Amino acid sequence: MNVQLKKTISIAAMAAGIIGMAAALYMDFSGSASTIRGPLLIAGALLVIAGVYLLPTRKHRSIINVLFLFPLIFAFAVTVLIPFACGIFYSMTDWNGIKFEKFVGLGNYISMFKSNDYIYSFVVTFIFTVINMLAVNLVAFGLALLCTSKVKGRNFYRAAYFIPNLIGGIVLGYVWQFIFNKVMTTVIEGSTSMLTDPNLAIAAILIVSTWQYAGYIMMIYVTGLQSVPKDILEASNVDGANQITTLLKIKVPMIANTFTVCIFLTLVNSFKQFDLNLAITNGAPSRILAGKPVQATEFLALNIYNTAISKNQYALGQTKAVVFFIILAIVSLTQVSISKKKEVEM
Amino acid sequence: MKAQKIRTGIAEIIGVILTIIILAPFLLVVVNSAKSSADIITSPISLPEHWGQIFTNLSNVIHNQNFNYWNSFFSSLLITAVSLLLLTVFSSMAAWVLVRNKTKWSSFIFMLFVSAMVIPFQVVMLPLLSTFRETSNFFGIQMLQSYKGIIFAYLGFGGSMSVFILHGFVKGIPYELEEAAWIDGCSPEGTFFRIIFPLLKPVQVTVLILNGIWIWNDYLLPSLMLGLNGKIKTLPVAVSSFVGSYVKQWDLILSAALLAMIPIIILFLFAQKQIIQGMVDGAIK
Repeated sequence: MNVQLKKTISIAAMAAGIIGMAAALYMDFSGSASTIRGPLLIAGALLVIAGVYLLPTRKHRSIINVLFLFPLIFAFAVTVLIPFACGIFYSMTDWNGIKFEKFVGLGNYISMFKSNDYIYSFVVTFIFTVINMLAVNLVAFGLALLCTSKVKGRNFYRAAYFIPNLIGGIVLGYVWQFIFNKVMTTVIEGSTSMLTDPNLAIAAILIVSTWQYAGYIMMIYVTGLQSVPKDILEASNVDGANQITTLLKIKVPMIANTFTVCIFLTLVNSFKQFDLNLAITNGAPSRILAGKPVQATEFLALNIYNTAISKNQYALGQTKAVVFFIILAIVSLTQVSISKKKEVEM
Repeated sequence: MKAQKIRTGIAEIIGVILTIIILAPFLLVVVNSAKSSADIITSPISLPEHWGQIFTNLSNVIHNQNFNYWNSFFSSLLITAVSLLLLTVFSSMAAWVLVRNKTKWSSFIFMLFVSAMVIPFQVVMLPLLSTFRETSNFFGIQMLQSYKGIIFAYLGFGGSMSVFILHGFVKGIPYELEEAAWIDGCSPEGTFFRIIFPLLKPVQVTVLILNGIWIWNDYLLPSLMLGLNGKIKTLPVAVSSFVGSYVKQWDLILSAALLAMIPIIILFLFAQKQIIQGMVDGAIK
């Protein structure tokens, strides 16, 4: 294709695209309900992009750079950046999901920390997160030791322990609800379901969460343990160290980085637990706290969801979400600074 | 030597017992999918009397109006496949541009992607819903309860992590390869698609697996964007709305759960190594 023809096509495409987009935007602003305006806008934008791409110029490389970045950054800006900025702003207004009327400053934050159910949720989520982190890592490390020992069929075990992690929390949650409500009460005859007692219900979610997540963390530990050089292990064997000494004095210090990764990964994921919480208990049963009933197993993520979607308090739900984000950001920053420090030491 | 043998023997027994405990919930699902509702209540742990019942239950669930297995299966498949395709292509493109241009802008954009990985979905979900609703009304482009809306959202949410993983890999590709192509008269986009893109395959598998498992199992985003009773349902949403409409009909609920698990278990049997490797790599990076 010669340059002149290419230039003509390019300019024609850009012109047609701009006219199309202008027409579509005109319809948008004039309040037209025509169904063609959406597709017209998209077609116009695509034409402009095609025109820019075909334009013969020395700056072709820069054009490609922009075009290559555009799709992802556009989607990222519309779905993450803009809603994120709006969200922080909305948390300081009386937003009802559609529009807001006045700016209330930190009013939402104050009323949030005054409400019983939120404080309870906050405490329960922290307790759950810490216990779950410990349980998952202990179980996972134990499984990893088993799967890296000389036991027969260790590859089969690895795959088997990994399976629960592949299925979504919603489906698994319903299955476990069945197990707690029907199977357990039959196995231990005459017992009532764990899910009817506030504390046991939290324990039930802990069990399922550990069951689901340990296989995944186990595989990270397995990868870490396999990276310990064989000659060092042989040397310790020659020096007469027994297996426990080798484990504590050589393997554990050598995979300290893996521990950091696993601990923070489980911290963040336990803190964000939503699917299992929704499917197993959905917050039930209730418990009396300072004379008022609260949902005994409502973790923060579910509390945010219920505040906004079920109770229709969008501004308050958004405020809780912003605090949720701040906590996660602090945890991640801690992780980054810890791993940086380690790198310096090495 | 003897002590060693005993120790491996004990380890083997522990391994088998753990396997049984960990897989027991799946066995219970299969066993109880083959029972009638009354049998499940009286004896949830015994083996079923007639295995044939499993087909009756499954066909009841598949033809159920609320569950609509094949519709939700294909919706899930379509959303996951298209999102993965776009995510892989667009993030590879973006990562390549960000690595090869060492300007203030490129490092700023990269930092933006990396820091956005901390943002939980909860903090953006409510404004996102209202943004999408308003886009639909204003521009006449249907974003809620539509395939293009949810695929677009997955592109935005999966983008940051995918770029982060790909970025590290592109750095390791020698720039001389591109220079050689450039001297031979290859255009920049040609260089990318003919030379760089095929080289990215191993890390693209990681990106595909990490995002694929997440999108396939995701519940919160589709439940908000497609609605629990909308026309389009993904499998987790369908299971959830099915459970909501049949409280305590365990024979149907467990059959539905079984149907929702089967596709991914089959996939795992075929691509076990890649899936485990991909998910571990994603966590370490």
